[in-house]
Amino acid sequence: MTVRSTNHAASPARRGFPARQILTALGVGALILVPLLAPHLQLLMNLALAKGLAVLGVTVVLRAGQVSFGHALFFGISAYAGAFLISAWPGADLLVVLIAGVLGAAISGLLVGLFVARYRGIFFGMLNLAFSMIFWSILEKFYHYTGGADGIRLTRPTVLGMELGRVNYELVLFYLAIALMVGLGWFTLRWLASPSGQLFQTLKTNETRLEYLGLSPRRVLLSGYVLSAVLCGVGGSMMGMTQGVVTPEYVWWVRSAEMVFIAVLGGAGSVRGAFVGALVYEIVRIYASAFAADIWQLLLGVFLLVIILFAPGGIMGIVDSLIGHARSARKILK
Amino acid sequence: MTFTLFLLALFDGISYAALVFIVALGLTLIFGVMRILNVAHGSLYAIGAYATASLTGYALALGFAPIFAFPLMLISAVLVGVLLGGPIEWLLLRRIYHKPEVLQLLVTFAVFMILEDVQRLVWGTQPYFQASALQALGNVTVFGVTYTVYQLILLPVLALVLLLGLRAFLRHTIIGKLILATTEDREAAQAIGIDADKVFLFTFIVGAVLAGLGGALDSPTTSILPGMGADMIVLSFAVIATAGLGQIEGAAVAALMIGLGRSFAVYLWPETAVLVPYLIMVLVLLVRPEGLFGSPVARKI
Repeated sequence: MTVRSTNHAASPARRGFPARQILTALGVGALILVPLLAPHLQLLMNLALAKGLAVLGVTVVLRAGQVSFGHALFFGISAYAGAFLISAWPGADLLVVLIAGVLGAAISGLLVGLFVARYRGIFFGMLNLAFSMIFWSILEKFYHYTGGADGIRLTRPTVLGMELGRVNYELVLFYLAIALMVGLGWFTLRWLASPSGQLFQTLKTNETRLEYLGLSPRRVLLSGYVLSAVLCGVGGSMMGMTQGVVTPEYVWWVRSAEMVFIAVLGGAGSVRGAFVGALVYEIVRIYASAFAADIWQLLLGVFLLVIILFAPGGIMGIVDSLIGHARSARKILK
Repeated sequence: MTFTLFLLALFDGISYAALVFIVALGLTLIFGVMRILNVAHGSLYAIGAYATASLTGYALALGFAPIFAFPLMLISAVLVGVLLGGPIEWLLLRRIYHKPEVLQLLVTFAVFMILEDVQRLVWGTQPYFQASALQALGNVTVFGVTYTVYQLILLPVLALVLLLGLRAFLRHTIIGKLILATTEDREAAQAIGIDADKVFLFTFIVGAVLAGLGGALDSPTTSILPGMGADMIVLSFAVIATAGLGQIEGAAVAALMIGLGRSFAVYLWPETAVLVPYLIMVLVLLVRPEGLFGSPVARKI
């Protein structure tokens, strides 16, 4: 299984190299032009990119064949860490806030990971959910420190020592989100292709072989888990700074469910799919919320069932099969 | 902590444990037989509560005596089991028994998301109160502490009856033995002519009825709110994980531990009351990863 999965991971990259690469470059290029061509979409895209970063974290865990119903925990911890820092130190630098948030996510990811790395499947998913519910109730109950259900406002951080106006600040955040998407997306792809990433994915295909190789599956899972927590943390901090307020809703199970949904929608386990899924999801949500706000979760649930039962590859699976069809058609023509 | 407060905490804990146990019993029965964790179990519990409140309100408006609330609880639970549980197993779960565990979790989670919105569409977001069953049975005074008969006597007795009844049913009736045989080895059971599909459908309906019954019994003691299903699925998972997945008797012990832990926390340090069940679970799982009564599974290589 391991050998086959390696080939499977490498071959589309080789065969589909130009098509995928070109599509990705076009997509990123289109995003870069959004503030110029469609400024009213900028905030929406920014939120979608922040969500996409968090979804990337869930995607990483999916690659090990595990699903977490509580990854909003790291999303929230990072956003709250940034909020606490800013209220203690108004005018802190954006990068400092981001790093503080990500550090918080990494440390909590390590602590929670040490515990949940012993489990797989049902226990893994539900224990993650339990941890996020614990943190959620702490946020709600200890309102003297956390602001309770109202959350904490984030004043605008400085950027490299400069105090920016709203428009420029939002531009900086937007391009930072794109840079993080490209950088972390590339890193995650490289990591998944690296030996430690391959070992991580072996947890899905055949965990016993890992032990035969003399490796500890727990440690392997933990490494990927911390990476996923960091990715969720980056998303959470970016979301907090974009929205200017953090609330317990950041760690509520609905948020975790949304992340899992987007990961499956984009294409379970696909790095590009995490962002494509997040963008499609946000755009549909904005336009659908006008008439379907009451049944939004119902629609998500139905779509989730449809994808799982009928299109398990998600959006990226459909795109890949389209590319594949185009290529085979060309071959036939030749 | 005075003796009175101690008794109050003890009674709170016992009645709460009885309720959680009834819900967890359905969850662990389904898992034990079908190896599926039904995340939508929490929604079935909430819908059982809503249905009871609505039916009781309707019956009272027609002039029936409050005592009619009790048969209506049973009716709501059976309706939840048959009208919701049946189709869920028959239309959805049946397609995914051979799929990876992750996909099974996602499917029941999707059902959970759907049912959460269905509740809000049908019953709105305003809380419901319907305490006529609680008042109908009156109070009892024990060592100077006055408590409702419903919570102190009826709920624990009912939980005990369900525990012993389910045990006896599984061990001493034909259908129960068929279920145990299918649990032990599905293929062998089918080879000797047991209809495993029917066994699974029946088990799932019984589990769903238990979820609905838990909600129905909870409805007089609490205000029924959106979101109670999410809380209950995590809590009842904490109970069955602490006990060991599929352990029916263990679930009773775990429910008592968690119920008592929570109610004493309410009196001693209220802010932490929500955390205590999970802390108990985490502590137990740190020492015994398979739960208190679970045994490590032999790995297939």
